[in-house]
Amino acid sequence: MQMLIALAIVAGIAAIGYIGGMMPALQFLFAIVLPLLAIAIFLVGFVWKVWSWAKTPVPFCIATTVGQQKSLPWIKQDKIGNPSDTASVVRRMAGEILLFRSLFRNVKAEIGPNGWLGYSVEKWLWLFAVLFHWSFLFVVIRHLRFFFVPSPAIVRGLEKIDGFLLFDLQPLFLSGILLLVGIAALYLRRIVIPQVRYISHGIDFVPLFLIAGIALSGILLRYVWPTDVVAVKSMTMGWVTLNPVLPTNISPLFFVHLTLVSVLLAWFPFSKLMHMGGVFLSPTRNQRANSREYRHVNPWNYPVHTHTYEEYEDEFRDRMKGAGLPVDKE
Amino acid sequence: MAKIAKPAELLKNTGFDSVPQTHWMDTPVDFRPGTWLFPGKAESLIAVDLPNPRKWSPEDADWKLPPNWKEIILDGMRERLQRYRSFRVFMDSCVRCGACADKCHFYLGSGDPRNMPVLRAELLRSVYLYYFTPTGKTLGRFAGARELTEDVIKEWFYYFHQCTECRRCSVFCPYGIDTAEITMIGRELLNLIGCNIDWIVTPVANCYMKGNHLGIQPHGLVDSMDFLVENIQDITGIKIEPTFNRKGAEILYVPPSGDIFADPGTFALMGQLMLFHETGIDYTLSTYASEGGNFGSFTSMEMAKRLNAKIYAEAKRLGVKWIIGGECGHMWRVIHQFMDTMNGPGDFLETPVNPLTGTRFEHAKATGMIHVTEFTADLIHEGKIKLDPSRNDNVKVTFHDSCNPSRAMGLLEEPRYILNKVCNHFYEMPEETIRENTFCCGGGSGLGADENMEMRMRGGLPRANAVRYVHEKFGVNMLSCVCAIDRATLPPLMHYWVPKVAVCGVHELVGNALIMKGEMKRKQNLRFEDLPGVEEDGNE
Repeated sequence: MQMLIALAIVAGIAAIGYIGGMMPALQFLFAIVLPLLAIAIFLVGFVWKVWSWAKTPVPFCIATTVGQQKSLPWIKQDKIGNPSDTASVVRRMAGEILLFRSLFRNVKAEIGPNGWLGYSVEKWLWLFAVLFHWSFLFVVIRHLRFFFVPSPAIVRGLEKIDGFLLFDLQPLFLSGILLLVGIAALYLRRIVIPQVRYISHGIDFVPLFLIAGIALSGILLRYVWPTDVVAVKSMTMGWVTLNPVLPTNISPLFFVHLTLVSVLLAWFPFSKLMHMGGVFLSPTRNQRANSREYRHVNPWNYPVHTHTYEEYEDEFRDRMKGAGLPVDKE
Repeated sequence: MAKIAKPAELLKNTGFDSVPQTHWMDTPVDFRPGTWLFPGKAESLIAVDLPNPRKWSPEDADWKLPPNWKEIILDGMRERLQRYRSFRVFMDSCVRCGACADKCHFYLGSGDPRNMPVLRAELLRSVYLYYFTPTGKTLGRFAGARELTEDVIKEWFYYFHQCTECRRCSVFCPYGIDTAEITMIGRELLNLIGCNIDWIVTPVANCYMKGNHLGIQPHGLVDSMDFLVENIQDITGIKIEPTFNRKGAEILYVPPSGDIFADPGTFALMGQLMLFHETGIDYTLSTYASEGGNFGSFTSMEMAKRLNAKIYAEAKRLGVKWIIGGECGHMWRVIHQFMDTMNGPGDFLETPVNPLTGTRFEHAKATGMIHVTEFTADLIHEGKIKLDPSRNDNVKVTFHDSCNPSRAMGLLEEPRYILNKVCNHFYEMPEETIRENTFCCGGGSGLGADENMEMRMRGGLPRANAVRYVHEKFGVNMLSCVCAIDRATLPPLMHYWVPKVAVCGVHELVGNALIMKGEMKRKQNLRFEDLPGVEEDGNE
């Protein structure tokens, strides 16, 4: 039910985009106001959210250690799993952010025939996650060509790698296809695995449907119902130069694509999609695990009541003396 | 104590392979006997100035919360959101991918979905979303947000006391979300309105007033120590002379107090005392700082600091140069990650240097405190002690990594190195269940009471499951560990799931193997059991 509401929301957004694309009177709103507003909300919201995290103190060293500590010189330290210097933390973070290393550790617990537990390798989530995120990144980078004249070298290079397959005599960008495959797989595991379905809120389906809609409309625009790319680029360059150009000759399907992207961007800072920023700021991962070697300072450390030795000795002095224990005051 | 089902029956209804029909937000907590812990006694709360002391029971409809309880909780959340980046980032970043779900020992043993780490965090996150975010405020349940009600408090009480803060889930989370942080903050909030458990609060009060969780008074500690000294003399013929509160000693030694009082911890402590005697180091214990463990850390960070303060205060008063800490799990979370921050700087201490080997423990130069296995591993590696591992030939040993030394410190190889030197038969459990993947004993973080025994046996199932594997495959009959809570909770767990496997501290095996200068021919181990081969010798 909740999932259907999410689907309805995204379908509604797509429909609104389509209508906006059909009606010339609304083009100013859908081609200029909405995208620019969305970009502004995204940038301001993202920075605001990350700032709200960054300004919050990290009172304690809480690194999760997943390997041997630095101790005796002849015991080999796991520098990535238990980093004691900044360079190792950077390597650990690179592993998390680029390769999803923690997710790669995943094992699945199972109940055996006699009721006892067993464990098996389970890399599907990792695979789908890598597939999805990396292809999404490729797709985003490829779209940079709409914002630069001429298109940056990195974009052209990427297009060559990404589009080495040909479809109907034009390059077939694998990233777009893999993005769709990744999102479909992530959706399927969310509804097929009972536990994952159980923990899902309606809102968890919104980004899945939004991104699926974006990928699907993008693929259709490229291979099935192409739109006037030159017109699109004049519009996007209008955003960049803050010199809005009202598009002509752009299909309503493109407006579906654009509206979905706008909503995704505007909603991003208020959603769980902020894990994109969170992964950089997670204290269990980005701290050095050297809290006995160097003191970690807590900015709000405040004095507390303690039961002092003097109070303790006052209470037990006679018994301490009776037991032959030294005392400070006779 | 509630009656527990037989192991075979319990095993049949662990049930994490299916989920219930009702949504978790619509499922009231069932305070079933055997799964929850008794509330904190009023006098213990008063002793450490905790709010809302009263007589109450979780089974009652009315929990006698303060009239403005909701305001207290929400203010408490706001305050912690400003103090802990972890809280903010963890509340905002979870995508509910479910990678953590089957990593929790309580979920694997109970099948209760709210024991999935993700849902344990959602208990708090749902309230966070509702009161602190625009999305939750406007979209409500669709976004996973819900109002804070007394039923939510009951749910928090139940499930934040079914998490042992073991951090296993945080190893697997792609964003490093650590449920220990969530549970610690959840328990801090509950403590603001007086919803805590006696198995934590009373040890806290004891430790605050008397120096240790068990509430042993100074002369009682001396008596217990005398008893251990006599036992050592009976076994080795050597009279060791440990001291308490001795000013001018080089080293302060802080064990978990459980090791002074209860088997099999006492055997581990005896091993350490024998080793200290044999090496001739200049050390003292303290009756005031007679507890390395810190149940304050299961209450609030403030309480952790109030209890932990005694260690540095006593080190200063006695004028020691550095500190050795005993075999204890959560103690080392506090020592390794919190102590210097809370009660430091420890710059009045020196960088620990092993007087026998000259090894400088640079990795502990700020806190001035090392783990006893770091000390012993160094001694063995540098050939400073003589060992006869065959004295442990009656046991086939495996090693249980305690949660905090593995995932909040990384003490993995030190105990293993020692074990391989002091016994001839050492076998590892499967890799998914050791080192950073280790499973909790089921009774950590103050949950080792009797009244929740069913939940302890459920939570301990994954650990027992792995022990059972090496027991059947290699004949393992001894589960060694470096944690006092383990030594209290693992014996009943083994008794229930894997009978015939005993539990010991690493230094019990060290004490057995240690060849002391001038010792008599050893006939018995530290448990007064005949050493292997002794009977045949006697017949010659």
